[in-house]
Amino acid sequence: MSEIRIRRVTGALAEVYPMQGAALYEMVRVGSRRLLGEVIRVEGDSATVQVFEETTGLALEETVERTGSALTAELGPGLLGRVIDGIGRPLERIAEAAGTFIRPGTEAATLDAERRWPFEATATVGSTVAGGDVLGTVEEVSGFAHRILVPPGVTGVLASLASGSYTVHEPVGALDDGTPLTLAQRWPVRAPRPVAERLPGDRPFITGQRVMDFLFPVAEGGTVAVPGGFGTGKTVIEQSLAKFGDADVVVYVGCGERGNEMAEVLKDFGTLTDPRTGRSLMDRTILVVNTSNMPVAAREASVYLGMTVAEYFRDQGYRVAVMADSLSRWAEALREISARLQEMPGEEGYPTALGNRLGKLYERAGRVRPAGTPERTGAVTFISAVSPPGGDFSEPVTQASLRVAGALWALDAGLAHQRQFPAVDWETSYTLYDRATQAWFAEHAGADWTTLRAEVLALLQQETELKEIAGLVGPEALEDVDRLLLETARLLREVVLGQNAYDPTDAFSPIAKTRALAALALAFHRGARARLEAGLPFERLDIAAPRRAMLAVRQATPDELGAAIAQATERIVPAEEAPV
Amino acid sequence: MIAPERTYHGARAGAGPLLYLGGTRRAALGEWVTITAPGQPARRGQVIDVGERVTVIQVLEETLGLPPSNADITLAGETATTPVGRELLGRALSGVGQPLDGLPAPIGVQRRPIWGAPINPTRRLPPADFIETGISAIDGMNTLVRGQKLPVFSGPGLPALDLAAQIVETARAPRGEPFAVVFAAIGITERETGSFLRRFERTATMERSILFLNQTSDPTIERLLTPRVALTAAEYLAYDCGLHVLVVLADITHYCEALREIATAREEIPGRRGYPGYMYSDLATLFERAGVVQGAEGSVTQLPILTMPDDDITHPIPDLTGYITEGQVVLSRDLHRRGIFPPVDVLPSLSRLMNAGIGEGKTRPEHRKWADQLYQLYARGRDARLMAAIVGEEGLGGDDRRALEFADRFEREFVHQGAVGRSIQETITLGWRLMESLPRTDLPRIDDETWEKHTSPGGEAAGAAGAAGAAEGQGGSVAGDGAR
Repeated sequence: MSEIRIRRVTGALAEVYPMQGAALYEMVRVGSRRLLGEVIRVEGDSATVQVFEETTGLALEETVERTGSALTAELGPGLLGRVIDGIGRPLERIAEAAGTFIRPGTEAATLDAERRWPFEATATVGSTVAGGDVLGTVEEVSGFAHRILVPPGVTGVLASLASGSYTVHEPVGALDDGTPLTLAQRWPVRAPRPVAERLPGDRPFITGQRVMDFLFPVAEGGTVAVPGGFGTGKTVIEQSLAKFGDADVVVYVGCGERGNEMAEVLKDFGTLTDPRTGRSLMDRTILVVNTSNMPVAAREASVYLGMTVAEYFRDQGYRVAVMADSLSRWAEALREISARLQEMPGEEGYPTALGNRLGKLYERAGRVRPAGTPERTGAVTFISAVSPPGGDFSEPVTQASLRVAGALWALDAGLAHQRQFPAVDWETSYTLYDRATQAWFAEHAGADWTTLRAEVLALLQQETELKEIAGLVGPEALEDVDRLLLETARLLREVVLGQNAYDPTDAFSPIAKTRALAALALAFHRGARARLEAGLPFERLDIAAPRRAMLAVRQATPDELGAAIAQATERIVPAEEAPV
Repeated sequence: MIAPERTYHGARAGAGPLLYLGGTRRAALGEWVTITAPGQPARRGQVIDVGERVTVIQVLEETLGLPPSNADITLAGETATTPVGRELLGRALSGVGQPLDGLPAPIGVQRRPIWGAPINPTRRLPPADFIETGISAIDGMNTLVRGQKLPVFSGPGLPALDLAAQIVETARAPRGEPFAVVFAAIGITERETGSFLRRFERTATMERSILFLNQTSDPTIERLLTPRVALTAAEYLAYDCGLHVLVVLADITHYCEALREIATAREEIPGRRGYPGYMYSDLATLFERAGVVQGAEGSVTQLPILTMPDDDITHPIPDLTGYITEGQVVLSRDLHRRGIFPPVDVLPSLSRLMNAGIGEGKTRPEHRKWADQLYQLYARGRDARLMAAIVGEEGLGGDDRRALEFADRFEREFVHQGAVGRSIQETITLGWRLMESLPRTDLPRIDDETWEKHTSPGGEAAGAAGAAGAAEGQGGSVAGDGAR
């Protein structure tokens, strides 16, 4: 058979020949630098390869090697805390090999092949095992049991299995047909991992952000689209959720975004501790990093890689959150590759398959009963930022996301300019998970949670209407009750929904605090209204004191919270202002 | 592997800036090309698409008069490189590094590929210190941080280039660290080129600067190379020589138009407003070359300047830029009409990395609160100005009238500075002076401690309500920071 050679190079694509019987998505090594690529089109014996690394300098007639397998993720102990690029190479290893700048053709496996892990076997030798069964555990970081699973599709009688110290590639046991079992397994990133059963969501994914938890909660295993123009705070939200969101494992996919931001994430996550476990935040995090100047094909792959890692931990029975920042950059990578393939473009030049591919990606999220024994549940919650051009939500990526996402957190440039953060626009945002999460909130936050939420939304709605009138006649011309309503709405916006991601005490709001603040704002409203009805003019209401009381609640640490709420409840009804 | 240098006679076809060459041996993507033809000047080009049957070459110079069938085309066996070295400092060069100053072509200490390579994110250091541009509206309100990319969004007819030139002159690393400016002009006119050269000629500014000047009359494709040549030179100064380098790129709009022109010539499927779908990725390969990396003393900071067509901030050029860069400085037509220079509108402007570069030991301890307070006061004043346009100034309440007055003074005294550079200390002192004219109750963002420190006798701007003798040591240390 003649050697496979490059016949054409254009952008990230290379045409190679001859490739008899090439499979779609087969991985190849392209050229003398052995750049990683995958087959995305086959015509006769000729194949088009998208190259995951910089193609400048790639020349005609350079040779190509086949690997016979698709792009797979290497999964096993050692994933937690890793920073990997879009095709799974640890960036730290690339730096060790190549220095400050990324050099194409650097090879590095996702998992550390040398490191030994203490494996504790739990499955019984002689029993029949199948894909998803737990063989044993590795304490990957202290207190975190990495469950070692039989890889999907593998079945047989367990012939041997022994506790001990192993590298990820050494067999810890074998099936009776000789199939070795190792701590690491591989899975093709573009295929969802199989599950036994998909379950409906039954509890919220607590974000610690009041406007989201209270007004637009997402269920565990749910999906959210977070569109917003530049400067509306998408990245800050994604990072806050990655830091404070209530999940066992967080996969953060920095997809086509800024290098300095990733440096910031690396620094922050390395120094912060997870309040739930007391461990470094990095110990529950996997970062998939493909900055905007890294090759686009790898950017396209990075989201699938992140999702596959998340599913792997879900299958162990963990609650996983995936943050993707930003899906628009992923879609642009699709567009760029599609244009190079000279495919017929759809809306705004995106491939017509965009909606379909996006839908399939979102559908990989969910709460599930993984395959195998013992029985367990796991969930992947997917929160993806979208960067609509010009902040216009009618564009294809936002619209395709909205067709499949269960919640929308719409970020608004106007709110961002007013420095209202998180700039979630309560008029356009929505959630389809309110019913699914209602019971959980009633039990854990208070029976009145749902009524509070409805009242707050109604007040904000009335404010919008009133503001239109006030814009015409001036606020002074409004009736006192209406002026009060504007004041309450302001409290809601500024003190309850607004939250400072950089303030150590307020960056994460426990649901008890969230509920208390909403209830206080409403109590203020009722109390003040009673005063007005009793004849006190609006100008004489002392609004500053209740506001201060609420701010004290907002700034309370978990230990101080109870006392602060009690104190605020006493002061929430505005007194008559002392005459000046 | 690229083949060594080889020459082919005759291209199959030519169209606009492109030549189509048949059957090359081992042509490489990005390979450098020279094209000669009888009676024609030598031209340069690069390979942008390689194929067994056809290889596409983008010609840098004007193709007017070039006969494709009778040209000799030499593939150089390497991708585009440019000389780098300290000796480039003080030079005025064309957009691709040819001398414009009458001196011989620079040789440099080595040649480096202009395409650069992505910085490994794990080797970046988070930006943590600032660069003083000498412009109050930037240094005070939207501080430029080392390793940041902070674009200036301008509009047609606004003095963005004057601002750029002034920054080239006045910018410095605040504690006297080694500093250099690389100025890449992209598609500027003959008149502007001349004025730059005259302005900087034989000045101290020139000694610490490299000018790369690509003019409107230069071939379009050169505009795609100019910023990359400049950044390659800057990276060498930063990471090999330990200088803090400020790269000013003006005007990115011309760059994007060149990108569109080439994409169209290649018959690519156009994206929004005809710009190619990969413009985001392409711009990112420029802007992401800003940074601070481990093990290097220096840094690369970028101040790209772009013109928003029709002042439209949602136009693809500012829009995609805003998604990559870390904030933006927005120029205002209204301020320009009123004679304010530089006409920076601080309300829509934002430096995302500001917090990392300011504060104690960098600018001044109170910088953040000071800036928040000024921003809030000015925003209120602007609201009041809108209201005054409807109800008349007489119809405003006392608070609003004071806010309006403040906004006017802020624009005339703080934003407006003409051709004079201001140190960060001068900028902050000036801001305080404006705020001191207001009642203390108008300054809710300034906490009592900050206020007392500021007004105490040892403080920088001693004056109003001086709390006698309080915290002299602290006040003194504030002034000390200023002196350093």
